[in-house]
Amino acid sequence: MKLKSIIAILTATFISTSVWGGHHACDYKNKEELTMLSNSYDAWKAVTNAMASCGNFTATLDKDFQQKHSDALAANPSLYDIVGISNGSITPLINAGTVRPLDDLVKKYGSQLLPNQLIKIDGKIMAIAMSVNNQHMMYREDIFSKLGISEPKTWSDVLSAAEKIKASGMVEYPYGGAFKSGWNIAEEFVNMYLGNGGSFFGSGNAPAINNAMGVKSLETLKKLTAYMDPEYLASDSTYAQKQMQQEKIAMGVLWATRAAAMDNAEESKVVGKIKMVSAPMGDARPASSLWWDGIAIAKNISDAEAEAAFQVIMEGIDKEMVKANNDKAVWLIDGYKAGKSAMGAKMTADNGAVPYPSGTRMGAMHGALGTVVPDFLTGKKSAKETLAAIEDAYIAKAKEQGLM
Amino acid sequence: MENRDFIFFVGPSLVAMFICIAIPLIFVLEQSFFVNKKVYKEVEVESCVAGFTGQICSVEMQSKPQLDEKGEIITQKEFVGLESYVRLINFDAVKKAFWQQNFIELENVKFFSALRFTVTFCLITLPFVIILGLVIALTVNNLLSSLKGPIIFVSLLPFIITPIIGALSIRWLFVGDGIITAFLEWLTNSNISMFSNSWTLELMMILYRIWHVCPFAFIVFYAGLQTINKEMLESAIVDGANRYHRLRFIIIPHLMPLIVFVSLIHLMDSYRVFEEIIAFSSDAYVISLQWLTYDFLRLDDTGNRYISSASASSILTMIGISILLYPLIKKTWNDYREGKL
Repeated sequence: MKLKSIIAILTATFISTSVWGGHHACDYKNKEELTMLSNSYDAWKAVTNAMASCGNFTATLDKDFQQKHSDALAANPSLYDIVGISNGSITPLINAGTVRPLDDLVKKYGSQLLPNQLIKIDGKIMAIAMSVNNQHMMYREDIFSKLGISEPKTWSDVLSAAEKIKASGMVEYPYGGAFKSGWNIAEEFVNMYLGNGGSFFGSGNAPAINNAMGVKSLETLKKLTAYMDPEYLASDSTYAQKQMQQEKIAMGVLWATRAAAMDNAEESKVVGKIKMVSAPMGDARPASSLWWDGIAIAKNISDAEAEAAFQVIMEGIDKEMVKANNDKAVWLIDGYKAGKSAMGAKMTADNGAVPYPSGTRMGAMHGALGTVVPDFLTGKKSAKETLAAIEDAYIAKAKEQGLM
Repeated sequence: MENRDFIFFVGPSLVAMFICIAIPLIFVLEQSFFVNKKVYKEVEVESCVAGFTGQICSVEMQSKPQLDEKGEIITQKEFVGLESYVRLINFDAVKKAFWQQNFIELENVKFFSALRFTVTFCLITLPFVIILGLVIALTVNNLLSSLKGPIIFVSLLPFIITPIIGALSIRWLFVGDGIITAFLEWLTNSNISMFSNSWTLELMMILYRIWHVCPFAFIVFYAGLQTINKEMLESAIVDGANRYHRLRFIIIPHLMPLIVFVSLIHLMDSYRVFEEIIAFSSDAYVISLQWLTYDFLRLDDTGNRYISSASASSILTMIGISILLYPLIKKTWNDYREGKL
């Protein structure tokens, strides 16, 4: 009896996995043993599944992949052949020279690629971009029209809308966002500060955020928290997404990669009710930053492996994959049709959002922001004290690294 | 025991401790006085990144670490003395606090806020762990022997659960829409957010830790209770000693070495409080010394970690633990000298 049921379960698993793997046909028969490390959200699942259909391929999807990828690729031979990266996480790999230029491979096998997909650093193609990402406004159209509120375009629109929604009591909290202390809250500050027209550094890598734009950015964040779940400092992107899906919040500036999930009837109660629009405007531009996700190949592997890896990547990010997963990301790949869920990301970019200013010093700045900004939101420090403390924390880090 | 035999018994363990504990500690101490700087060069980098509709190309000055001929990043080891320590404890803030006699301000320095929490956490949990452990041990000891087995098993469960798993389950029960919070909100018709105040977070951490460690104290005390001389207890009853007298003058003195042992272990463990901070994502409100070290060691977005600061932080953690344990170790030493042990 027991054995029978085990066999039944095994068979069921086998059938379901083969169905899973089977929806994508691979034209390239891969003979090299290939491994990949990347982030874990839906777009990566789609791409790695498509790559797996070429055979001899295993992917490790890990949301903390940045903690591993520098050391893993520095090993010789590299622990992974292929690595999924974004404009932030590619920096350490470029600095250490552990990813290889792809110009030759692109020439040989990359005819399907659009010019926009070729990430060039110092004139060489170092990565293939597959999608873009930014944080933009998502709001409950039904609630807004019922209360007669028009689409929020600036932060003061957002705050006055939040006040009206709070008064109506239609949802538990008017606003939601990824405010978790650490990387997430730092990213919120970066967006606000860029939106207000700020730049992070002066000459010689010195910090330059202790100014009126910094104060205003902090204050806007704090005003928003009055309309949020009080546990906002423990709320990451996934938590904010669920709050939206479960009708707990009426609006939020969330990642574009989360947009499609709002219309997924299996997990969302708000199917068809969410409108995607641009991130609200700061004083200069939308309070958001542009990111891209892409794929790079390790340097410390054999050329034969790299050649196989590139061809598998091309299968992973082909037209067929995009067709099957159109709404899982804002793809840069030929064949993508920008649907309703991509509108917010597109409007944000059209309104003039700038790329995230990635680089070595920005890593130290982002870290300093992540630990100190919460002190302002919890009331431990004033805005000026907070900005000064961020600069101190940054200087300590920059000095230890040799940047200053 | 002959001295020679003693050396033979203890020797291997001493060697292992020297290799696995003393040597790494010396390295950590050394690292805290040095920084490994990369050699940066200002270079003009032309880069093209993917925009929404087309590429965004820009030329900007960037600091790039230099590579040697083997392709590895060049680093320079530089002696900085106590600089990492001074930065960590923010010496200026300490001086200011002394001048103005205003020590609450020090909470603004991450190190002191971590120190404050870590020490209160240790000192508050300790008496509860000892007393509750003793109460459970005495209760179980007086149970019918048929009940003892199952009760001991159930009492040990909290200690068996992996700390991070236990802490995560507490989080899911008490988070904004967790079962217990939802129930309490329904009961009191109010809005409860346990994770948005430092005092509620600290309270949860303290209660969780007491719940988690009590079984350890219990099982040690219970074992100790089995070795009490029954005849002494019986003659005490004949002499008219009541329950309290027996506890005060026979049981507790008998268990004293075990109480010291449990206190030592508990202080050492709770001074390294860490899992609760991670599981409760409490770092915006409450941090511990161990978390501070971890935060320096964690890679940031650009693959940097801060070894010198982390080493300074662990050395200070170690000094703190030694100060906290000093009275207990001194007591044990004195007892040994006086031949009580």
